[in-house]
Amino acid sequence: MRNAFRSAIAANRFGLGARPGELAAIGENGPDWLRAQLLAPAAILAAETLRSSQQILTDAFALRRQIEAARKQAGGTAAAAQAQEVVQQRLPQFLRPIYAAEVTARLANAVSTDRPFLERLTQFWTNHFALSVDKQFLPGIAGSFEREAIRPHVLGNFSDMLLAVETHPAMLLYLDNHLSVGPHSPAALRAAGRGARRRIGINENLAREILELHTLGVGGGYSQHDVTTFAEVITGWTIGGEGNGPNSYVAPGRFAFRAELHEPGAKFVLGRRYRDDGFAQGVAVLRDIARERATARFIATKLTRHFIDDEPPASAVGQLADAYVRSGGHLPTVYRALIDAREAWAQPLTKYKTPSDYIVSSYRGLSLPVDSTHAPIAPFEVLGQRTWQPGSPAGWPDRSADWDGASALMKRIQWADALGARLASQRDAVQLAPELLGANLSEATRSAVGHAASAAQSLTLLLAAPEFMRR
Amino acid sequence: MSRMQRREFLNLTALAAGGAFLTSRVVFARPEESEARLVVVILRGALDGLAAVPPYGDRDYAGLRRDFALRAPAEKGGALALDGFFGLHPSLAFLGQCYAARELAVFHALASPYRDRSHFDGQDVLESGSPRPHASQTGWLNRALAAAPARGQREAGVALGQNVPLVMRGPAAVASWSPSRLTALDDDTLARLTDLYAGDALLSTRLADALASNAIAAENGGDGAMSAISNAPPANNAPAANNARYAEVVRAAAGFLRQADGPRVAVFDTTGWDTHANEGGAEGQLAGRLAALDGGLAALKQGLGPAWGHTAVLLITEFGRTAAINGTRGTDHGTATMALLVGGAVAGGRVISDWPGLSSRALYQGRDLAPTLDLRSVLKGLLEEHVGVPAPALEKTVFPDSREAKPLRGLLRS
Repeated sequence: MRNAFRSAIAANRFGLGARPGELAAIGENGPDWLRAQLLAPAAILAAETLRSSQQILTDAFALRRQIEAARKQAGGTAAAAQAQEVVQQRLPQFLRPIYAAEVTARLANAVSTDRPFLERLTQFWTNHFALSVDKQFLPGIAGSFEREAIRPHVLGNFSDMLLAVETHPAMLLYLDNHLSVGPHSPAALRAAGRGARRRIGINENLAREILELHTLGVGGGYSQHDVTTFAEVITGWTIGGEGNGPNSYVAPGRFAFRAELHEPGAKFVLGRRYRDDGFAQGVAVLRDIARERATARFIATKLTRHFIDDEPPASAVGQLADAYVRSGGHLPTVYRALIDAREAWAQPLTKYKTPSDYIVSSYRGLSLPVDSTHAPIAPFEVLGQRTWQPGSPAGWPDRSADWDGASALMKRIQWADALGARLASQRDAVQLAPELLGANLSEATRSAVGHAASAAQSLTLLLAAPEFMRR
Repeated sequence: MSRMQRREFLNLTALAAGGAFLTSRVVFARPEESEARLVVVILRGALDGLAAVPPYGDRDYAGLRRDFALRAPAEKGGALALDGFFGLHPSLAFLGQCYAARELAVFHALASPYRDRSHFDGQDVLESGSPRPHASQTGWLNRALAAAPARGQREAGVALGQNVPLVMRGPAAVASWSPSRLTALDDDTLARLTDLYAGDALLSTRLADALASNAIAAENGGDGAMSAISNAPPANNAPAANNARYAEVVRAAAGFLRQADGPRVAVFDTTGWDTHANEGGAEGQLAGRLAALDGGLAALKQGLGPAWGHTAVLLITEFGRTAAINGTRGTDHGTATMALLVGGAVAGGRVISDWPGLSSRALYQGRDLAPTLDLRSVLKGLLEEHVGVPAPALEKTVFPDSREAKPLRGLLRS
């Protein structure tokens, strides 16, 4: 009995929900099934149709130049205004299908993968380093950000992922660092010399969120002074082809360090002195912050909350933080500590599924095909978790109370009901119930599914069952 | 399902769901039409109080805001006139009319007790009513409703959204409602689900709450009457999808509050106020969002009809933004900001502020508008006089450790 629970926990809490046959494949040893997923190669998502951030941004920047040119030309006539309107639409028209293709590829992979733990970890990190597609250009590069900055490092070292994220064009655009200029940088001094009316200076958004959301966590021992100084350290971290002035020496759409925007001088961050060696100054700060005990605890707390309980048990947090510190932020070592935590296996169904978890586990459980001609954007939107759009750099929340609203529940049930109606003749809920829920299947659910008035209703009741709402 | 059938069905499900259902609801009753209504709007992302309510009369203001500084009311593109020192952003036309009609009270240089600059902790303090972040899993508004005299509604309050925000979580039963384009379930499936959830405290309560809210929405005539306010005025520059969602939320809030036996308190939130770059001045990014907000408030008034006369709408945000424009033509996270209280029940036409000034010496930590008014003073006055929350409960359960924040009374028409 105990092992049966462990396979259900492995597949549903650590994985993305069981596919038919998965619980049998896991067999007696859930923890080993999870550990094996950490050995294989990185979590790369390869699809020939998907383009790199650099390619996408190169085209997007070119479109923006067209839009700006059209705006300057629009001479006030109605025809000119109309023409400008048409040009204006080109950027969203360019970005929308890219977003759709990325969402489709991501879901197709999540539904079909036989390493669902790795995929859940990928989604965890994307949400940890959250960006949101409600900002210019982001719909086009949120997917490539995950493929380029997150996936290669999910089985690597935290500090490598951190550096990849903070130098990725998507993050620089999202948190405005591409526009941040050191007040004493050559560029700012030149502007002042010309008597520029516009004030040139730093934008502290990225620096603050790195400290607060990506590494130390709020209360992790940094001050407003650290935020401001760190923002100065990473001035000049920008994107080729973006901003004013010449960038001919950097390819557009790629990370660029531009020394003429960088605030010169040695700086103190968190009590440590960093000499001014350009780009390397910021890299050194990131490396040091990644090693802080507060960072270890912050990451450990978030992982424990995500995988074990809304209120993370202190002992498990301590074990994960120790593993982080001992291994120098080697992530698979931290994941193994998570698998080893007693609390992870103590009780089934501690977490209420997010809408995304609910949708993905339904797709997996019912072996729903992901249709590449009709991008699966709507279910995530309707159930309240549009892909890569948490609306804030804090990412989606990770507690039951954030997701278990009455209206949200009703929408889940209605969506399940629509699926039930669509698949009634093709899926047998009575047969599926033990395949998906294993030892968690309750007598009440078994009976409700078995005595339903129709095959469609039977599927609805299975997907709406209390044990399918949780993981 | 017809109206009668749905009501009947609700009674049946109430019996089926047993204790969990009964504790989450109270007896049906028909309260007075004139009963006070409260709407709380949370502006997430830290709204720039110096842009929404510009102190154009402060001699340091124009220097800090440079080309984004709003001009005096008499000038072209200038602020809307308030009291000769403060103005309103020109996008806030409806609010300007409310001020003239003495239905808008403006608070400035106000802040919650939170003094750091994290959105997420700032919103936690704003909503929980605790002086420290993450000290409470419940919100001040819910605890206030729990302490207010029972009035017989099915739910005391409603959150317009799929989930209930922290400010509205807690012991008092509240509804959450959001528009759905999905097909409603048939009665038989709902009855079976109610059975299936009987042993699950959370899901049985949530399902019952959802059914009750849908019943209120249906009594409103479903989409028909809810859309009595046809369209909120279009806003410049703001994304169309956000505006459509916002218009729907406002319509729903009015629909719930209009109901004779519906909830008396509604809460919803809006986002997009985190203007780090290219904030704009009289026109631009923030101007567009303010126009959308203003249009929604106008639609709310229209939708409430006569109930507007008994309504107070409170607009609050987690903190303000830096006094000076930053290097990317925006503003970074700051401290004090403004709050607005608008509605037919409000004793308005005034700006309530102990203005600290914007000189570099007056700024908080040399960068932010300094706080001189505690948000909890406003909330206490409002909850006591408008919602009828007893003063001892305000001090003890609604705003723990808040003795220094004395209630600000007289905010409402007597």
